[in-house]
Amino acid sequence: MAKIASAGNYGPKIRSDCMVTIELTDSGGIQIELISKVKNYFGDHIISLAQKELAFFGIENTKVKIEDQGALDFVISARIEAALKKADNTISKSYLPEMKEHCKYKTAKERLRRSRLYLPGGSPKLMLNAGLHGSDGIILDLEDSVHPDVKDSARILVRNALRTIDFKNSERMVRINQLPIGFEDIKEIINENVHVVLIPKCESKQQVTDIDTYIKKLKKDKSPVFLMPIIESAKGVINTYEIASSCDNVVALALGLEDYTADIGVMRSKSEKECFFAKSMVVNAAKAAGVQAIDTVFSDVGDMDGLYENVKQAKAMGFDGKGCIHPRQIKVVHEAFLHTKEELVKAQQIVDAYNTAKKEGKGVVSLGSKMIDPPVVKQAQHILKMAKVGGMI
Amino acid sequence: MKKADKFMKNAAGRLVPTIVNGKPVIPFQGVNKYRPTHKGAAPRVPTCIDYPKDCNKIVDSLKEALIKSGLKDGMTISTHHHYRNGDYVANRIFDIAAELGVKDLIWAPSAAFPCHAPIIKHLESGVVHHIEGSLNGPLGDFCSHGKMKGLGYLRSHGGRYRAVADGELHIDIAVLAASAADMMGNANGVLGKHPFGPVSFSRVDSKNADRTLVVTDTLIDFPCYPWDIMGNDVDFVVVVDEIGDPEQIVSGTTRITKSPDRLLIAEYAAKFVDAAGILKDGMNFQAGAGGTSLAFVDFINKMMTEKGIKARSLIGGSTKYLVDMMNNGRTDYIFDGQTFGLEAISSLRDNPKHIPIDIFDIYDFHAKGNLVQMMDVIVLGSTEVDVNFNANCVTHSDGRMLHGIGGFQNCMMAKCTMIAVPSFRDRIPVIKDEVTTLVAPGELVDVIVTERGIAINPLRNDLIEATKNSGLPIRDIKDIKAEIDDMCGIPAKPKLSDEAVAVVEWVDGTILDTVRKVEE
Repeated sequence: MAKIASAGNYGPKIRSDCMVTIELTDSGGIQIELISKVKNYFGDHIISLAQKELAFFGIENTKVKIEDQGALDFVISARIEAALKKADNTISKSYLPEMKEHCKYKTAKERLRRSRLYLPGGSPKLMLNAGLHGSDGIILDLEDSVHPDVKDSARILVRNALRTIDFKNSERMVRINQLPIGFEDIKEIINENVHVVLIPKCESKQQVTDIDTYIKKLKKDKSPVFLMPIIESAKGVINTYEIASSCDNVVALALGLEDYTADIGVMRSKSEKECFFAKSMVVNAAKAAGVQAIDTVFSDVGDMDGLYENVKQAKAMGFDGKGCIHPRQIKVVHEAFLHTKEELVKAQQIVDAYNTAKKEGKGVVSLGSKMIDPPVVKQAQHILKMAKVGGMI
Repeated sequence: MKKADKFMKNAAGRLVPTIVNGKPVIPFQGVNKYRPTHKGAAPRVPTCIDYPKDCNKIVDSLKEALIKSGLKDGMTISTHHHYRNGDYVANRIFDIAAELGVKDLIWAPSAAFPCHAPIIKHLESGVVHHIEGSLNGPLGDFCSHGKMKGLGYLRSHGGRYRAVADGELHIDIAVLAASAADMMGNANGVLGKHPFGPVSFSRVDSKNADRTLVVTDTLIDFPCYPWDIMGNDVDFVVVVDEIGDPEQIVSGTTRITKSPDRLLIAEYAAKFVDAAGILKDGMNFQAGAGGTSLAFVDFINKMMTEKGIKARSLIGGSTKYLVDMMNNGRTDYIFDGQTFGLEAISSLRDNPKHIPIDIFDIYDFHAKGNLVQMMDVIVLGSTEVDVNFNANCVTHSDGRMLHGIGGFQNCMMAKCTMIAVPSFRDRIPVIKDEVTTLVAPGELVDVIVTERGIAINPLRNDLIEATKNSGLPIRDIKDIKAEIDDMCGIPAKPKLSDEAVAVVEWVDGTILDTVRKVEE
């Protein structure tokens, strides 16, 4: 059993985080040392928070050092729990902060998923204001942005974040690790009103149904947790349709091109033409299964014009959304997904014609001399709905 | 002599001294309530026949110039801060004073910077008695802990100008760094090897000090023109190797922020300006050189370009961003009191529509009207604000002195004054029930913009009406505060003693608030 362990981050450039080091001792009671840039304001508060948490875990003798750069309570608390569990792996209880009312909102299977903002699961600073930038979804990432050594700590932090931070109606998503570690992620976070679980490097129907079954087993209330498999390999691309149609809770199929290009042995280019097949497969499989298709991230955060063009292209191919790695990308993505005025006028004409035909009891909808098929009406209705959400009409 | 004595409650409800460093002062009486009736400063009357016939006033060293100027115990010495954190002159003055065994000097800089930390040893040894000017960094800490012998006296840029011109702040010797000067003392900041921009803060010193010294590292042939400082106001000229490090002028703040939250604040501020109907052809505005302000300028610039409109004038501190705007036809004029970066300095020197301004023209409460009153909108930063829209830019929430007032108070006279701040920093809420130090009365702060929403002062019903259907997140300030308090927790009150360490002067010369000693 490790007697000394630490969790968290501390340094001159770290903000809103802390490093907690715990030494479990046999005697001497509880000793807490606090180094904090907000000590004058929150020193007593942080000490008493730590004392309460240690008492909850039944710790009677320990030396605790908290090096703090303005971390909020849920962060300090997560770091203490992580350090404690690392020092004594027999501890299994969870010290849960109160679930705030603003964390309890629901999502819907059908909703806009134009943008989703990736947030590294180990960096509280980026989480705090993430909801202010208006993305359709936020992703608390436990996979690639979290170093393998700190997965446990990040999991606890993400759990606490889900109970505390107001993400302002963004859909609450978590990207888990590949199985089997992904199961541990699910266990920790699944009852924290997670709306969507992102499944990385998904290659088969089996992976999706295993996760769906596991979630249903652990979920305390019966509200569904939606799934978004991410296709990031040649095999995944070949199996897109079986993945997209694997279970009812799949709401979208996403594409990850960094890993995909590595897998097929090419360099990723700006035009992404080497990914054309993968993109087409994802769009087609998603639409065939009746779910949304979500495009990969655009990694040059300084190039907003490039992003706009890239998203325009994705939209033209049939994608419904785009991953974002910086908050400033969100607005550009939303703008690029908006329909043009001509598209809107046309869509409105089609919907009006449909409504008129319905009122008059006609089975056939026509606009001018053209017959309008039902899928075209559905698409027009969808365009108007998107435009309304996007503030265009 | 007590540093501060005979305290009373002023019109803002703050307990302030009526005697500061042995001199009587007037407590704040309310916004626009106080008008002095006396005549202004009466400088020493010189006679030209007492000066060299050929007007060559060069002496061998700063030491000689100070001795010849009659440096003695208790004098007030002034400097300017155009070199910001790269100034070499002020430290040198007090090193010389220490060598000469002079005591109890008062330093009256237009602002002090962390590079002036060496003056702490002169404050400790008694060479310098106290500072009348901005206190921040190491000097702010020193004063905050009550270690300065006299009381700190904090004035805005306009307030300092006023105090010197009104005769309240008498300067015995002004030591003015200039990037170029001639033998007579004509001097400026745009020529020479280390240019810094206009000499905006110091003309008042050169006109009113008993003795005026020009210190330069580039001596040029007569005439040195433009002559921001005029040779016929100058007693001695000193040539040194280096007067400052221009690299340190731009250090820190003069780039557009990359922080997504601050960009969001700047975007809200810009959209608010548009929604309120302020963004229109011929508008005038000021935005500082901080990261958020520059982002605001960037957003405004884009909106103006989209709409095809143009401002009549902008007020700096100018940066390359403002210069680009003028070069791209987005403003007719730039008024500039402080210049950041070589692009801006060459624009100021070479473009007649980039106009250097004296602090009197823009900020002085006793000018017969000033430029800032004509500004349609001004965006400022702040350390704290409160639910009554009062603002603090001087102290941190723990009472420690962080910044000078700068133009903060003076800018309150604009048609729409906006404060753009994050709603919390390091879990410390920026919106308080009551600011720790009152620097600007709430009735003058029109809008507070945070990343969580925009709060409009209830006194500005016109702005409330104009923006009510804008779709912007306009919220009650108490509502934003409640959200932040819930997120961050409520911080403990700072531990401050009753002992005063500095006073904050309002633009009219009255005492607005007291800064108290910080207890560790």
